[in-house]
Amino acid sequence: MTEVHQISAPDSAAQNGLWARIRALLPGGRTGEAGVGRHSRTPHAIVPSATVTGGALVAVVAIMTFLAGITIGSVAAVRSVASEWTSDIARETTIQVKPGGGLDVEAALAKAVNVAKATSGVAEARALDAKETARLLEPWLGTGLDVSSLPVPRLVAVTLAPDAGPETAETLRAALAEQVPSASFDDHRQWTQRLSTTARVVVAIGLAVLGLVAAATVLCVVFATRAAVDAARPIVEVLHFVGARDGFIAAEFQHHFLAVGLKGGALGGGIAIAVFFLASTLPHWIGTGTPADTLVGVMTLDLRGYGGILGASVLVALVTAVTSRITVYRTLRGIS
Amino acid sequence: MVRFENVGLRYGMGPEVLRDVTFGIPPHSFQFLTGPSGAGKTTLLRLMFLSLRPTRGLINVFGRDVAALGPDDVAALRQRIGIVFQDFRLLDHLTTYENVALPLRVQEREEASYRAEVTELLGWVGLGERMHVLPPVLSGGEKQRAAIARALISRPEILLADEPTGNVDPRLARRLLRLFVELHKTGTSVLIATHDIALMDQFDARRLVINQGRLTVYD
Repeated sequence: MTEVHQISAPDSAAQNGLWARIRALLPGGRTGEAGVGRHSRTPHAIVPSATVTGGALVAVVAIMTFLAGITIGSVAAVRSVASEWTSDIARETTIQVKPGGGLDVEAALAKAVNVAKATSGVAEARALDAKETARLLEPWLGTGLDVSSLPVPRLVAVTLAPDAGPETAETLRAALAEQVPSASFDDHRQWTQRLSTTARVVVAIGLAVLGLVAAATVLCVVFATRAAVDAARPIVEVLHFVGARDGFIAAEFQHHFLAVGLKGGALGGGIAIAVFFLASTLPHWIGTGTPADTLVGVMTLDLRGYGGILGASVLVALVTAVTSRITVYRTLRGIS
Repeated sequence: MVRFENVGLRYGMGPEVLRDVTFGIPPHSFQFLTGPSGAGKTTLLRLMFLSLRPTRGLINVFGRDVAALGPDDVAALRQRIGIVFQDFRLLDHLTTYENVALPLRVQEREEASYRAEVTELLGWVGLGERMHVLPPVLSGGEKQRAAIARALISRPEILLADEPTGNVDPRLARRLLRLFVELHKTGTSVLIATHDIALMDQFDARRLVINQGRLTVYD
């Protein structure tokens, strides 16, 4: 054995009977003062912060948060595009004035425009003139068409205000039936319904995928956390044996794993947010036009989408912390 | 302080490893627990240390029936018992100083309140210059002393030691025994589990001999 050292103890401790007697028992020798008063350094965390399992857990949490973030962002983007898309189409309506029976078509068009403009909820009403009507028929009847010589229906383009409800269409339809009997109102209801059904299906599929990704994320994080806590079982045992309360041990682990979860969540969520941010701004920088301009509209993420990704990151961190707490309690029940 | 009445223990559906064990550890007492390897010494220590519950019989620790203890009661009682494990059970990521201070740290005491005490105890067990190193760097004897210091730091009323001289040379073994005897003189009850006859012959004390699951007390 190395020689047992005698040190110059602090007065208060030197007065302590037990230590004094032990000291008297041990032979003198070199001083053991080397470490006295040198504990200003930060103590190591009871749960080690840098372990292989810890690194792997950060990676699992980061990857799963990234996948969840990408799914949340995609669903949010598709949802906002789909709702814009259906509302744009629902706002574009037409009044059709059918010729025949000696009807003065131009007068009927003008009256229909007036009726439409007088209806609340209509933002704009404009009759398509003969030239525009001819252009519409051009693909079928060729150029140089004299619309007045043909009994083709004439159109009034009516744009509804963004806040117009279904009652606007009803009012307009009733007013036209009363004042311009030759006019009929087409609000593209059939199309709108199909489009909104399609949009709803797309969003529902997205939400289902999101649900699956969320479940997979939670399960992955739970199992990875359990494995990490199980790997630290010797620490739990020693703390338990030196008289630590279960709550203290659980809090130490929860604190550590919350930090691991936040690190992984911030990494995965941060990358997901960066991906969406770059997708929406990069095309501007490199001058290729509008961001991610797809067939159905512009795919950008609003603040709610970014908030969703952020929320998922925090949720994953909380799942990690709570799982570690539950696993520690389960381990403790197994020890005693 | 500790009282066993007709205690029996079996693991799962296996045979009883302890049978009808009845004995007590009075205050200020010193005893050796001995017997051949596999006789049940460590199991008996674990029962006293509340990390095992008996399958039958009654165990009373500091006046409390262990069958009726909640988790926090167990923690509170453990703070009054010091234990030295045969395999030391030091945490490899904590320094010697931090390992020894652990029983006080888990009581959520401020480090400033125990710094001097831990440093002093480390000096006295000869680890004053090794307090900032991690256990993997320590020799077997140094780990042993660190484990003993950790058991002593919270000034337990009972000290349980499982083969505390198993990894040290005879000279250090004698010195450690004297340390335990001195602790006993200051009022701590000491129980040393050992099969080292030479060690037991150095100090005339009560012997608890365990053989094939049965305990005999030689006062």
